[in-house]
Amino acid sequence: MAEPDASTVAFEERMPRRPLVLNNHSMAWISDRIAGIVQNKAPLWWWITISITGSFAAFGTFCMLYLLFTGVGVWGNNVPVGWAWDITNFVFWIGIGHAGTLISAILHLCRQKWRTSINRAAEAMTLFAVICAAIFPGIHVGRMWMAWFLAPIPNPNWIWPNFRSPLMWDVFAVSTYFTVSVLFWYLGLVPDLATMRDRAKVKVSRIVYGILAFGWRGGNRQWRHYEMAYLILAGISTPLVLSVHSTVSFDFATSVVPGWHTTIFPPYFVAGAIFGGFAMVLTLMLPARSLYKLQDVFTWDHIDVMCKLLLLTGSIVGYAYCMEFFVAFYGANPFERFAFLNRYFGPYWWASWTMFTCNVIMPQLFWVRAFRRNWAIVFFVSMCANAGMWFERFVIFVISLHRDFLPSAWRMYYPTWVDVFTFIGTIGIFLTLFLLFIRFLPMVAMSEVKGVLPEADPHYHPRTEPESESREEAHA
Amino acid sequence: MSAAAAERSVFGVIAEFPSATALFGAAEKVRDQGYRFWDVHSPFPIHGMNKAMGLGKSTLGYIIFCGGFTGFATAVLLEFIPSSYLYPLIVHGKPVNFFTVPPFLPIMFELTVLLSAFTAFFGVFLMNRLPRLHHPLFDFEPFKRVTNDAFFLAIEAVDPKFSEIGTREFLEEIGGQGVTVLYEND
Repeated sequence: MAEPDASTVAFEERMPRRPLVLNNHSMAWISDRIAGIVQNKAPLWWWITISITGSFAAFGTFCMLYLLFTGVGVWGNNVPVGWAWDITNFVFWIGIGHAGTLISAILHLCRQKWRTSINRAAEAMTLFAVICAAIFPGIHVGRMWMAWFLAPIPNPNWIWPNFRSPLMWDVFAVSTYFTVSVLFWYLGLVPDLATMRDRAKVKVSRIVYGILAFGWRGGNRQWRHYEMAYLILAGISTPLVLSVHSTVSFDFATSVVPGWHTTIFPPYFVAGAIFGGFAMVLTLMLPARSLYKLQDVFTWDHIDVMCKLLLLTGSIVGYAYCMEFFVAFYGANPFERFAFLNRYFGPYWWASWTMFTCNVIMPQLFWVRAFRRNWAIVFFVSMCANAGMWFERFVIFVISLHRDFLPSAWRMYYPTWVDVFTFIGTIGIFLTLFLLFIRFLPMVAMSEVKGVLPEADPHYHPRTEPESESREEAHA
Repeated sequence: MSAAAAERSVFGVIAEFPSATALFGAAEKVRDQGYRFWDVHSPFPIHGMNKAMGLGKSTLGYIIFCGGFTGFATAVLLEFIPSSYLYPLIVHGKPVNFFTVPPFLPIMFELTVLLSAFTAFFGVFLMNRLPRLHHPLFDFEPFKRVTNDAFFLAIEAVDPKFSEIGTREFLEEIGGQGVTVLYEND
């Protein structure tokens, strides 16, 4: 084994790597703590929370059925606001669904090892968010039984869909994104399912986890292909995750509606999606971390980097808001100018300023290190980001539509109770699925966290361990 | 060896190693000894183990490329056959020809990614000959810890250099603990 050269040693001494798992925990501790969440009895708070979220989910489902049996008239949508809360919610959830695959794919390619403690939960969150998102295009068509017209097959009159339509691209983008996210998530889950199988005390769970783990043996001949598949999936998911929200933004950018017809949309939507997704990961993981005592695995260093990402993407979003405003002024198109003045000073001014405050101003708190390491502030800012990102979509869709060209066609939009409870219902579905996930599957990728421990390195030598440093110094 | 065990054919010999470092060193020695049918088992992929075992890079990438290309070709056919022949649509006054390819690209991209991902997922399991319901290694009770914190090295009896006694001694010599002979499933 080659000795590290002097410059590396000096650098390591000046800036020692911060451990990804605190308190020098062993591998067995990681398995016990994380698999224990699934194996132990469900805590009381879990039952209370899931009964609340489950009720919301049930009522949301009732609202969807009411819509199905009555028609889209039960929503507040009108002419000209044909796309309102339905598409706002769709884009909101799709945006949330960006963090998971971003963490798994882009951070994997960048060799950001801290991703290992959050990627599983974030990926699961992605899947559930995309499920919530997929509900809305399905139900907003009104006649839900016609939703199969979205598929790339001819309808009964032998009419094929238009493959050059952004709505068609959207169908492909969202369904591909969901499928690839499921495959990526499941591939990462297989070694941990094997852990669950080997730890199972009850026969039923041994059989179920055993089947789900596909007979994984952890042999290096298996890991060899596994790692290659994981790397390539990360490689192909990277353009995919950037393309999904770009494609969603094409739905708007390729139209002629003032406020939508801008080239800045794809990067601006993607930055906003990452912002909203990371905020949701923090929203879910901060309580989970405390409730399941995962502070040593999901450390303040993890929260710190995620806050920095929120700051970065929030600032990109802020730049996009300002640039949109500037281009509307500089482009000298009277309709565009009006759309942006109306956005910030029209009847929905409060929505726009809420959006701006939550998405651009609040994340600026994270310039201060103490704020990035304060539980309450991090949670508050991520809740602001969640709300702000919903308002961003509301602002873009509803405000742009409600006053487009002819003043005689202008109309205000007001949501109905069905709108409100359908949205709250999807939050219920999302949280219920997430609670079921943390109950039945390991919420932290155990095999990956073990792989970033210092002793996982085949060239690891206890000599370089922090506590033995003093001994070395004494010797010197 | 008991009489019952003698009736079953030997699967191989397994040894436990105390750490990833020890397993890595042992793998290099087994490789240098010229064994071919053997594997190391660990709770996580060990960096550099492919080289220590004398294995090359996984060929899965080439298979995934084929899958991705199939997806791309599917998208080309799926888009151009209906748009040009079955139901030609003139949108924005634009015909379907080479110059109007850009609006067809998103779907080509999506299907390329989709079929690459399917190939990657199913490829990794097919190449590992999984799923399978049972394996002789699972008969070895301590092997349950391989998904927790234990490291094992198993040499299979099909290896030409394998001999029940010789291989056993060899594994003990290179630091293997609890060396055990495993038998095939009935």
